[in-house]
Amino acid sequence: MQFRLKQRSVLPGFNLALGYTLLYMGLIVLIPLSAAFIKTTDLSWTEFWTIVTTPRVLASYQLTFGASFIAAMINTSAGLIIAWVLVRYSFPGKRLVDAMVDLPFALPTAVAGIALTALYAGNGWIGGVLALIGIKIAFTPLGVIVALVFISMPFVIRTVQPVLEDLEAEVEEAAACLGATRWQTFRWIIFPALRPALLTGFTLAFARCIGEYGSVIFIAGNLPMVSEITPLLIVTKLEQYDYRGATAIAVVMLVISFMLLLLINLLQWWSRRRHAA
Amino acid sequence: MMATISPIERAVSEPPRIRRLLIGLALVFLTLFLFLPLAAVFYEALRKGLGVYFAAIVDPDALAAIRLTLLCAVIAVPLNLVFGIAAAWAVAKFEFHSKSVLITLIDLPFAVSPVIAGLIYVLLFGAQGWLGPWLAAHDIKILFAVPGIVLATVFVTFPFIARELIPLMQEQGIQEEEAALVLGASGWQTFWRITLPNIKWGLLYGVVLCTARAMGEFGAVSVVSGHIRGATNTLPLQVEILYNEYQFAAAFAVASLLTVLALVMLAVKSLIEWQARQTRRAALAMKGEF
Repeated sequence: MQFRLKQRSVLPGFNLALGYTLLYMGLIVLIPLSAAFIKTTDLSWTEFWTIVTTPRVLASYQLTFGASFIAAMINTSAGLIIAWVLVRYSFPGKRLVDAMVDLPFALPTAVAGIALTALYAGNGWIGGVLALIGIKIAFTPLGVIVALVFISMPFVIRTVQPVLEDLEAEVEEAAACLGATRWQTFRWIIFPALRPALLTGFTLAFARCIGEYGSVIFIAGNLPMVSEITPLLIVTKLEQYDYRGATAIAVVMLVISFMLLLLINLLQWWSRRRHAA
Repeated sequence: MMATISPIERAVSEPPRIRRLLIGLALVFLTLFLFLPLAAVFYEALRKGLGVYFAAIVDPDALAAIRLTLLCAVIAVPLNLVFGIAAAWAVAKFEFHSKSVLITLIDLPFAVSPVIAGLIYVLLFGAQGWLGPWLAAHDIKILFAVPGIVLATVFVTFPFIARELIPLMQEQGIQEEEAALVLGASGWQTFWRITLPNIKWGLLYGVVLCTARAMGEFGAVSVVSGHIRGATNTLPLQVEILYNEYQFAAAFAVASLLTVLALVMLAVKSLIEWQARQTRRAALAMKGEF
């Protein structure tokens, strides 16, 4: 890989800025991350494979990825409606709601975890109501989904909102003039334009969810095989000084996260190209 | 009411019934997953009265946690600020090979689970880690001490300021800087007088985001901290300890401090966005006059 200038520039500081960027990134991010991969070379393939496919670990993947998928789906549907309402309609308190949407990014995950647990536990405001109809949320896998919905809520809203704002009214007017119903306009004109943003938002939310730890551990109950997420399993192994086991599982998670990051970049490139076209 | 809606408006908008339904759905969802959890923090914090609330906050362990949390932010934010500006300058103002690779690498810490961010520092600095024996021989403590917590915080907040600045500076282009240089300004003069004023709102927003995350990080810090009371506990860890000891009111009291901080961040963000809109509007008005 070579970071060479493609054309000369009158602006100074390229070497200094890029050099410092690479040095700092190397020290803070790349060298420490490579430690995880190098540590796993202590293990043979079979040892590695055995560690990352024990029933308890497999159950944790299932919960982590399943709950993350459901939470990201919920946020994609809800996010589309919320973004739509915030861009297209006016109602009292809209500016406040718009500002508050970012709360899950600003609120520490531990705080979110204990607040959601208080709310959705059997004696909480919402959990109490749901208990009457026999639904338990806190300390079950449903609790994991609730926590993940909270922490990944802003992604879809914030990716869809700017696209919706930039949509040209003329296109919708033309569709209406040509006799389309409002639903047809949405289905065939608006929705296709939003699809890249929805997909990007979904992937961002999903990627955030699979790594989440702080909010989930309070509400999940953390029963092995039932409500134990993969990041928690890594922490448990670390606390037992099983560094190899923790690192092996971490490497599986890292590889999946990196693939998602690539996918996000591809999606953003795709939506930029569509936008330009 | 109906009479005021023109036919074209009706054709390109939804009937009032659908509008009300969608607004209702959005508000119900946000209430269940956003507003009620927020209210619950303050309700639980104040449930046992103001006495318990303030006792939890002026507790020596809590005060030590506040000091450590502030220290982390004071170190992590400037480090990532300098990096953010350097990275954005290189990426936005120059065309070079492998640029997209660099941008992807900057995003890496976003993709890494906080727990894994903590784990990699354990692998580096732990007793069995690469640098562990050397550090032990020289009596330097990084893991389960303040330096480890600061490092984990720096890692987790690494991309925030760069991510805010890169798109902003790319959009602004390089004409203004070129003009300044042609007119004889030095590189630093150009940066201080032209670039910095142009990016100040985005920069401020990046700093706000970075600070919020630095103070609120839980997973990564929890792995490297060792949970030593009064010494290596940050505010979020203090919340966890109190909660696990069933001191719920105290846990929510400390949590409410972090929540107020988050709300201040959101207010600052709204203010910055409003400012940016005003500046843009003023610029458009200027153009209109000429």
